[in-house]
This record gives sequence, C-alpha cells and structure tokens, in this order.
Amino acid sequence: MAWANNVLRVNLTDGTTSNEPLNMEWARLYLGQRGLATKYLVEEIDARCDALSPDNKLIMTTGPLTGTMASTAGRYSVVTKSPLTGAVACSNSGGFIGAELKAAGYDMIIFEGKSPQPVYLYVENDKVDIVPADEIWGQSVWAADEWLHKKYQDPLLRIAAVGRAAEKGCLYAAIVNDLHRAAGRSGVGTVMASKNLKAVAVRGTKGVGNIKDPAGFMQAVNDGKQVLAENAVTGQGLPTYGTQVLMNVINEVGAMPTRNMREVQFEGASKISAEAMHEPRESDGKPNLVTNAGCFGCTIACGRISTIDRGHFSIENKPQYWGASGGLEYEAAWALGSDTGVDDMDALTYANFICNEDGIDPISFGATVAAAMELYQIGAITKEQTDGVELKFGSAEALTWATEVTCKGEGFGQELGMGSKRLCEKYGHPDLSMTVKGQEFPAYDPRGIQGMGLTYATSNRGACHLRSYTVSSEVMGVPVKTDPLETEGKPELVKAFQDATAIVDSSGLCVFTTFAWTLEDIAPQVAAACEGDWTPESMLEAGERIWNLEREFNLAAGLTAADDTLPKRLLTEPAQTGPAKGHVNRLHEMLPKYYEVRGWNKQGEPTDETRQRLSL
Amino acid sequence: MLRALQIEPEKCTGCLQCELACSYQAEGVFNPAKSRIKVFTFHDEGRFVPYTCTQCSEAWCMHACPVEAIVLNEETGSKDVLADVCVGCKVCTIACPFGTVNYNQDTKVVYKCDLCGGDPECAKACPTAAITYVDADHTGLGRMRAHAAASAGAN
Repeated sequence: MAWANNVLRVNLTDGTTSNEPLNMEWARLYLGQRGLATKYLVEEIDARCDALSPDNKLIMTTGPLTGTMASTAGRYSVVTKSPLTGAVACSNSGGFIGAELKAAGYDMIIFEGKSPQPVYLYVENDKVDIVPADEIWGQSVWAADEWLHKKYQDPLLRIAAVGRAAEKGCLYAAIVNDLHRAAGRSGVGTVMASKNLKAVAVRGTKGVGNIKDPAGFMQAVNDGKQVLAENAVTGQGLPTYGTQVLMNVINEVGAMPTRNMREVQFEGASKISAEAMHEPRESDGKPNLVTNAGCFGCTIACGRISTIDRGHFSIENKPQYWGASGGLEYEAAWALGSDTGVDDMDALTYANFICNEDGIDPISFGATVAAAMELYQIGAITKEQTDGVELKFGSAEALTWATEVTCKGEGFGQELGMGSKRLCEKYGHPDLSMTVKGQEFPAYDPRGIQGMGLTYATSNRGACHLRSYTVSSEVMGVPVKTDPLETEGKPELVKAFQDATAIVDSSGLCVFTTFAWTLEDIAPQVAAACEGDWTPESMLEAGERIWNLEREFNLAAGLTAADDTLPKRLLTEPAQTGPAKGHVNRLHEMLPKYYEVRGWNKQGEPTDETRQRLSL
Repeated sequence: MLRALQIEPEKCTGCLQCELACSYQAEGVFNPAKSRIKVFTFHDEGRFVPYTCTQCSEAWCMHACPVEAIVLNEETGSKDVLADVCVGCKVCTIACPFGTVNYNQDTKVVYKCDLCGGDPECAKACPTAAITYVDADHTGLGRMRAHAAASAGAN
C-alpha cells in the first residue's frame, strides 16, 4: 500500500511525541490527505472550540500518492479549524516538503495543544525532536529557513514555517514551505503560530515503496503523464504562462473583480498579465519571468520564478530582493493588482515576494487592502489610521506599504491582518467586505460566471475557487462547455466539481491535473498504488462523503444555511461592462436546487438518508 | 553505437521526475535521497541543474578502487559498481572529481549511475527533454544545430 501507515502525534503542551498506525478503516472511506485528516479532526476536536486555543489541532497530511512518481504527487495539506472563518480549513501546498514527510515514513503529523515556549519540530526519519525556536521566533519565514539550513548543514532539509504576520495574529497567515509554496488560505499559519510552533523541518531518506501493483502503477503513471503532455492547458498553457494565462481571458469574459468588486473588468489587466511577464523590461532588457518551475514530481510545471526590476522603488537599496523568487500566480496578481487597481507589475511582484517571506495569503490580503481602499475613498478610514499614507485605489506605493506593515504586523497592518470582514465591520460598512463565511473572494466575479457564485456560497472553507472550479466548464469548456451567464444545471455542475475535487485533494495529486485528467485517468493510478476498490465511481462517492463530512463539521461549529450566501453587492449591483453587463449573481435560482441534489434538507443539513448512503 | 546522457539545464524545471525514476529503478523505492542523478536548485538565479556521472573514459573511481569493484561495461561504456565486491572503503568517492560516486549507508557499498544498462530511466522520465540519451560522439549536435540555424537565419 502507498500509505506509510504511520501517524506522528506531537503533543506540544507536554513536549512529547508518539507514533500510531493509520486508521485504515477510515483510509478506505476517505483515502488520505484532505478527506482522511478531516475525519481525524472531526473525531478529535470539539467543532465549537476557539480555533486559536490549545483545544484546536493542526494536521499536516499527505495523500497515498504523495512522494510517488505520479505526476504532481508532491502535495500535502494542512487541516485544522480556521480562525478566519470558524469553519474547517484545509489548505493544500506543493513544493517538496509533502513528499519529504512521506519519504521520512509518515502519512501525517497531528499537532496537539500549545507549547509553553516557541519551538520547531525536526524530523529525520524516525528521529523526532521538539527544539526551542528562540533564535527564529520573531523572524521571517525566509530567515528561519536560512537559519535551519545552516544549523543542520543540510541543503536537502525541507522546511515549512510561519512568519511574523502569523506570530502577530494576522488571521490569514499561511504556512510557507520551500520558500515560496504555501498552505495559503484560511489562516492555517495563524493556528500554527498560536501553538508556538514556528517551523517543521523534515529530512526523509526512506522513500515511498509498498506500491500494491508496481508494474500497473508505472503504466498508469506514464499514461497519465502522456495525457498531461498532450493537453493544450497542462502541456502548453500552464508551463508557458502559468495560471496567469487567465488574466486576459477572465478580463474579457467580464469576470475580473476590480477595485473591491465594484467593477468586473480591469483596464490595467494586460500590464499585469502572463504575456507582460514575458516582455523584456526597458531597464535591463530582461523579462519579469526567469523560468517556470515544477513542484515535486510535477510534469506540468506552472510555477513562476521572477525577478523585480532593480530600479523599481520597492527594492531600492534592498539587495535581498534582487534575486529570483516565486513570481505572480493569477490569484496573487489579481488580488494584489486588479482588486486594488494597481497595474505596476514590479510592485505586485515585490508584494508577492514579501507575502511569501512572511507568510500571508495574498488573496485575502489583497482583497482586504481593496476593502480598506474603498473605506478610505468613502472617508470611513482616514490618514489618521494609515500613518499618513494615501490609501487610494491604484496606488502602488500604498500597496507595498500595506504589504510591509501587514507582514510585520505593525500599526495599521494589524487592522489589515484582521481580514476584510472584521475590518469593514469595525469601520461601520460590513457590506463592503467581499467575503463568504469571513473568507475573501478569489479572482472570478460571480456576476460573470454564475456557477462560481454557488461555488463561493457553498464552499466549506469560505469563498474559494479551488473547491469547485466551474470556470473550467463555464469559460474553458472542460469537460463540457456551459454558459457562464446561465444558472440552469449549475447546482449539478457545482456538486460534481466539489465531489471530484475533494477526492483529488485527498490523493496527493494536484487539482490542476484536472484540466486534462478526469477520474478515469486518476483512478487507475490510485487503484494500482492503494488497497481498496478505487474506481472513478467509488472515488466520486468518497469525494461526496468528504464534502458532507466537512459540511457536518461546519454545522457542528455553528454555521448555518444563512452562511451560504454572497455579499449584497454581487446579488444586487449589476455588472456595468462586458459580456455580463446588467447581470447580478442569481444565487437564489441555484441554492435550493443545490441542497436538493446534495440530499440536504432546507436548512442545508444532510438528511438521514444521505448520511446513511455515504456511511457517515 | 555508444550513447551518453546529455543534460541541458535550461530546459529543467526542477520537478525531480529523474530522481524518482532513478531511485525506483535502482532501489525499488521512490526515493530522491538515493538517486544517482541529482537536480540542484540555484534559487536566486532561478536555475535548475541535473547532474550525474559522465562515465569518464579513464575513470578516477575505477582506477582508485583497491578491490576492482568498479568495472567497465563494454556495451554501454558505463563504469559499474559490483556491489558484492565493493568493501565500502569510499576511496572512489574521494577520487571522483565530480562527486558522482557516493556511499549508501544502508547497503554499506557505493553507488553510481550505470546508465540503467543502456536504457536510462531518468531520460525517459524527464518531461522536458532536459535529459536525453544521445550518440556519445555527438553530444554537441543540438547546440551545433542551434548555432547553424542562427547563422542561416533558420529555425
């Protein structure tokens, strides 16, 4: 079996660690990673606990395919209760640490309690140490990474850490691994810091073996790699342009949220697009993009490695930012750019660098700055709060200042670190917060792409595109083209995407494979590696089980059907330009039907029949 | 015809498919820690560079071995470690100027690239053709062609 069959439990309160076998009965129902760790969380914590109290647990988890040669199989997730939303959090990251953890012999690490002092966890195969972190507490992720690599004299050590923002309580702090990959959303980094856990450093030399059917697995893996290579999106679009390939496309569709979602098209989109990242700069003739990069085992390689123009104001006299690092992905470019009205690509790249350096989610951060800019525009926030900075839409200087103070948790950065919901409530305009369940929207305006409205409203972790990326169908025509302005059929579409994504996220694979792969391509890889009956049908059913399990956690945490909604702006203020001109999101046409196809009652609760059918 | 591994770092994305394929072929486990080929990341430059044994003709490792545990494979040109002869003295790891022979603490003998007996898995696994297995007499052919194309204004 591809599971390591080994769970590492770390009690931070007592400073003790222990090992236990993986619950294989649950693994057969929930596969791994997102699904399986959620099952552990549901069973082990009180859903009503304070997310930042020692009662919450934080699970770093791999999937059964993590660490194998299947394309993209280096993913890991962090599962916990979110301090931003109060709902279940599950943030997925690539890079290399997930595979390293698996190679060290673990399926997951469950962190419990709270350390009395700052510590980090060092894992070298069976050797596990909880070590005082005095030298790196108060430092950025990048500084902690460098310090740990120096201390252990081991360039192959893989590190995940939280930065200063998490320590200062920013509610959307990320856990950054391998310098610029992140378990980014829902404040999983905030939970980690609340436990006085600064970093996890892993070295695994055992590798991943125990493949059920090695020959069958390699055949399925090679077939899968070929499908990815031959597909236009995964074979050409993503490696060449990254996720930023979407910037101009979504802008033309009229679903590019702009200036805190007041508008749906951004006049500066082409200046911050993938194409612009390839253009040589005037100053040194080099483009922003240095190269594309792959995470562990990934044959798509959508990652961006970029540099900032050395003459740009943001990095003047700051040589530490003159080298290459993780560049703009579409979500970051949108949130830091279009949503704040800033079209200065170097400023966005700098903001993105330091979001990685100190571990904050650029989506929630950019969207919070956008809300703050609107509050500033209407006079609800003044220079008194912003240390004299003119927090205007379109100001690159305001953006880079806001990023710096939020990353360090200083001054107004503390308020930005609350997220847009709390910020807008504090300044008396809750309707200006573009959030669902307290989590900020990603880069698709649901007035222009109707299915995404239902996606956001019902996402188990608050507004999120990665829970059911119906853009794939509604804009790109994968697997079938649907009309983005129609609501008919969207409840079924959203459910199908939610269930399929839940099981992909539970396998150790990257959801981006699904531009080319269906479960018909994925199931043979899982089935050859793992015990159990893994077919496209059984995987989809497991995905549905996972979705309902997450829903039940949220209901137990106190969320209700009333939380399955969208900000008033998107339901009442029509898009003013583009193909969606005149449209609002018609959530009310979709939500009741969605509950019905889910097998939930009118209160949005799974019925007994549904629970029974899914063995919940 | 003898073939050689040709590595073109500018095509590498750092995905480690080569390390996975290598370790799986040689050890039966997906384990970059035991791969004969290694990919190095130069973070600040944004460069990824795979590196492995070049199979020297007058191989330092082979000459240095006191028990003749490293032998020439006439068919592929590779210098192969005879694991049951190797005594784990590590002299070859010191002799190799490139660091591509290494000691395995689990097996207690050294290991190095053996070109998988003439069908290297790393080259097959690489998704971007950054690693290819080409005519050993003409590993420069691709670069020659590129320069020829440039001088002719062709593609």
